[in-house]
Amino acid sequence: MDFLRPETLAEALALKSERPDAVPIAGGTDVMVELNFDHRRPAALLDLTRIPELREHSSENGVVRIGSGVPYVRIIDELGGALPALAMASRTVGSPQIRNRGTVGGNLGAASPAGDTHPVLLVAGATVEAASARGVRFIPATEFYLGVKRNALEPDELITAIHVPATRAPQQFSKVGTRNAMVIAVCSFAVALHPGENRVGAAVGSAAPTPRRATEAEEFLSGELTATGQWESPKPLLDSVKRRFGELVAQAASPIDDVRGSAAYRKHALSVLARRTLGWAWQDYTGKAA
Amino acid sequence: MRVNVTVNGEQRQADDVWEGESLLYVLRERLGLPGSKNACEQGECGSCTVYLDDVPVCSCLVAAGQAQDREVRTVEGLAEGDALDPVQEAFVEAGAVQCGFCTPGLVVAAHDLVNRVPDPSDPEIREALAGNLCRCTGYEKILDAVRLAARKKSAQQKSAR
Ligand SMILES: Cc1cc2nc3c(=O)[nH]c(=O)nc-3n(C[C@H](O)[C@H](O)[C@H](O)COP(=O)(O)OP(=O)(O)OC[C@H]3O[C@@H](n4cnc5c(N)ncnc54)[C@H](O)[C@@H]3O)c2cc1C
Ligand code: FES
Ligand code: FES
Repeated sequence: MDFLRPETLAEALALKSERPDAVPIAGGTDVMVELNFDHRRPAALLDLTRIPELREHSSENGVVRIGSGVPYVRIIDELGGALPALAMASRTVGSPQIRNRGTVGGNLGAASPAGDTHPVLLVAGATVEAASARGVRFIPATEFYLGVKRNALEPDELITAIHVPATRAPQQFSKVGTRNAMVIAVCSFAVALHPGENRVGAAVGSAAPTPRRATEAEEFLSGELTATGQWESPKPLLDSVKRRFGELVAQAASPIDDVRGSAAYRKHALSVLARRTLGWAWQDYTGKAA
Repeated sequence: MRVNVTVNGEQRQADDVWEGESLLYVLRERLGLPGSKNACEQGECGSCTVYLDDVPVCSCLVAAGQAQDREVRTVEGLAEGDALDPVQEAFVEAGAVQCGFCTPGLVVAAHDLVNRVPDPSDPEIREALAGNLCRCTGYEKILDAVRLAARKKSAQQKSAR
């Protein structure tokens, strides 16, 4: 095995194009588990932690660009105001030690259906910035997840950043697990209000081969809120609307039975998460609009 | 490969390191520092917690090569000579140690907390220790130890002023 240690992004991209079989390692919180348990023996490891460009974030025209190597702890401490749901999801990842190391780039690289940032990136309208020696391209989060642990990256590409629109509108993320810390989601859910576009974003995690948007739930609720003029003058939501939203979210999932939970439990829990998080987000919106 | 790393203030060198090896393995098996414990090798238990450039991490999840030219501080590096760190003293005094396997990781995690947060609340303590498992104590004495450590730390800082 080779250990490749680029100091600059250009060097890393050149190495990745020469050695497409090299496995990138950022926080190592997924990669090292696989190595320690001999589940993976890559020909080479490509260490990304020495590249300063990947550890920076910046903000321009209302969009936050987060370097792929920024650890969760910094997203929580430094970006919670502009990216509320991403910070919420980051707070639920693993433990302090895991949040000190783990990165959104690694979450995307692993593309586990249970990754906590995925539903948030879907509802927030995020874009993945992927680079190779051939150039840079931008992949909408909605086109990034291709299958269980499969993503849209080419073998010579690295994730350089994630672009997430900043917002003042309410967003929520919630997940179900056996305790508060150190839990891989049994299922998870994110919701984002986009009042400027008269639109709601909703997405489920850990409940299908990929994280996915609950499009019908989004359309139902967006239509309902717009038709009743609630973006301008929000009123408390009808229980029937919340319930229907929850049902449509559960329908969007195609979960499996596994050690963490049954498919039926996941669907039920998702409808509850959807109702509750929408309730919180809407309460927040009502308060802000009043 | 060879790995050069500063450990507890000392420049150290490890040879014949396998490229997929963890920092934990290097510390324990190559540098003679068995304080950090190896229990799960998957980030779940925290018994391998060390500071990497002043940030607490699971050393089982750091590739040895990622520690090249970095600074590592292990539980062995907390005491000054024979004088235990206040956090270590507190663990002894509160009876927070039974078999002791979890202790090094908890001491490092608690050390980080009381150095960042002068007077941590119980929820803050629980949150800071959420990545460390103990199979013996039931955690109550550990919480006592951290509260005591925080008091010792602030007393120490007052007397230094
Ligand atoms: C104890 C424990 C608890 C955990 N809890 C959670 C949890 O609650 N929620 C959750 O979502 N995850 C959890 N995880 C999984 C993991 O921490 C996250 O997926 C994390 O985001 C991975 O980031 P990393 O930087 O450590 O990735 P790494 O392990 O370094 O990499 C992960 C994958 O992404 C690839 N990769 C990394 N960076 C790039 C890049 N820039 N470009 C292209 N590919 C890249 C790697 O090659 C690898 O395939 C947990 C892991 C552990 C060990
Ligand atoms: S041995 Fe590293 S966390 Fe358990
Ligand atoms: S004292 Fe035995 S595991 Fe904590």
